[in-house]
Amino acid sequence: MFIRELSVMNYKNFGEATLTFSRKLNCFIGNNGVGKTNLLDAIYYLSFCKSYFNNPDSQNVRHEQDFFALQGKYELNYKNEEIHCGFKNGQKKKIRRNKKEYERFSEHIGLLPLVMISPADAVLIQGGSEERRRFMDSVISQYDRIYLEWLVRYNRALLQRNILLKEVSGRNNIDPDIFAIWDDQLVHLGEKIHLKRTSFLKELLPVFQKYYTLISGGNEFVSLEYSSQLNEKEFSILLKESFQKDRMLQFTTTGIHKDDLDLKLGDYSIRRLGSQGQNKTYLIALKFAQFDFIRSLNNVKPILLLDDIFDKLDSGRVEEIVKLVSDDHFGQIFITDTNREHLDGILREAGGDDFRIFVVEGGTINDVIEKR
Amino acid sequence: MNIEQFPSKLLENAVTEFARLPGIGKKTALRLVLHLLKRDQDEVHRFGEAITRLKDEVMHCLLCHNISDTDTCNICSNSSRDHGLVCVVENIRDVMSIENTQQYKGVYHVLGGIISPMDGIGPSDLEIESLLKRVEEGSIREVIFALSTTMEGDSTNFYLYKKLSNNNIRITTLARGVSVGDELEFTDELTLGRSIVNRLLYENIIS
Ligand SMILES: [Zn+2]
Repeated sequence: MFIRELSVMNYKNFGEATLTFSRKLNCFIGNNGVGKTNLLDAIYYLSFCKSYFNNPDSQNVRHEQDFFALQGKYELNYKNEEIHCGFKNGQKKKIRRNKKEYERFSEHIGLLPLVMISPADAVLIQGGSEERRRFMDSVISQYDRIYLEWLVRYNRALLQRNILLKEVSGRNNIDPDIFAIWDDQLVHLGEKIHLKRTSFLKELLPVFQKYYTLISGGNEFVSLEYSSQLNEKEFSILLKESFQKDRMLQFTTTGIHKDDLDLKLGDYSIRRLGSQGQNKTYLIALKFAQFDFIRSLNNVKPILLLDDIFDKLDSGRVEEIVKLVSDDHFGQIFITDTNREHLDGILREAGGDDFRIFVVEGGTINDVIEKR
Repeated sequence: MNIEQFPSKLLENAVTEFARLPGIGKKTALRLVLHLLKRDQDEVHRFGEAITRLKDEVMHCLLCHNISDTDTCNICSNSSRDHGLVCVVENIRDVMSIENTQQYKGVYHVLGGIISPMDGIGPSDLEIESLLKRVEEGSIREVIFALSTTMEGDSTNFYLYKKLSNNNIRITTLARGVSVGDELEFTDELTLGRSIVNRLLYENIIS
């Protein structure tokens, strides 16, 4: 699968541009702040119906404009696919596949598998547990469309229960059934979500460890543990046990919305111990593992977006990554960089001439056509 | 013309009232009011009277809480309908939808909403007590849940089920599945998944 052509209109700092891509390697070169990342983000948007950076859509519209539009022409299983995303301020965004509008975005997510690696991934290590849950959820929902529905329904039931907890605070003689109806939904959905997360992480772990070893050269041991209250006890029992506490605190203290991942380097949390290079390697290995996971499930090579990936890594690790992505294991790749040094490295490794270079300067893009 | 500057206070009042209706903006309100102004006096009087009488005289059926002109609505007072079969719906619109199918010969019970703490609606805000009473009186064989399939609809179903299940009655819910005329390719997976789990005996479809 690959994207053949991307058209952007008023997306972030870009006015209007249409780019034709190589099915193998594409590189956006330019100084910091010219908007290279925004081009990757546009490609990301077409796969996930939202920006990688979780901005509200009004912030993705170019300055002084009131809409943006993105269009991608893809080849998927030897068939053409045309995806169109349009957003106008104050209106609901529209996503169309081959001119037919989706009723639910969840129907689209997963069609065009994609993995993005970005400096913003650092929040996975530095940020709160919601970042790590979002990581799990975004990967799982790429191959399991029903998972997203479960999650949406779970969160809605949770919200209803929390509001109910506030409403009945201080009241005695509560009809237990008014909680039972939400607990039932939470348990039903929460247990299914817990199972999915468990099996996902079990499969991800060895691949992640393999990639970390490959990139780091081998002396460090990393792991990734799924921490969930549901690992120990049945959800229905947890809810019963914490009911008095929930009533006092006026929110639901137990459930899969409290799940987390323990990211470890050796025996310690990487957040406490990891160097900048180790953190970055950890995240890249995690994303490569995600790539393999999605690839094996869909039998399609996801599009790989590498945003400023080589920064802050020593030359040994850079070299290993260059070797890795040059391999035929990966499909279409997009790279942003400030210069073409790493790109040339990849081209030397891969030995092909199927590549395109785009020079990005303050909202304009010049296609550099060259053959070697 | 600036819509905020009305040449007449009467016009402005009428426009303001129309604009309170759901889905009606100021511009549409003005268009409707100007249209009324052009009509015959009789016609406009009939219009006004219909609205005033609607609010003053409409009643809710004492049995099913459907809208009615009398104490008991014409469905509940119809002896040819099956009074042992009660279909629970959220609102009056749903009664009208099911009536339009001409497939249902039982009676109804209008809840007046569904349980949703975030909208401030709990069981006591709905016609649930009266439903339990109707069932306890003993002449009802089957209750059909016909609420929307949202999270809140499901939770309300479950609440009703908990309250009704100790009565000796059949409790059923609307079939959930692929719609008539749907192509499977375009059916969402949740619906398709449910349809395969709750598949039907073919002989029941053709009969
Ligand atoms: Zn009635």
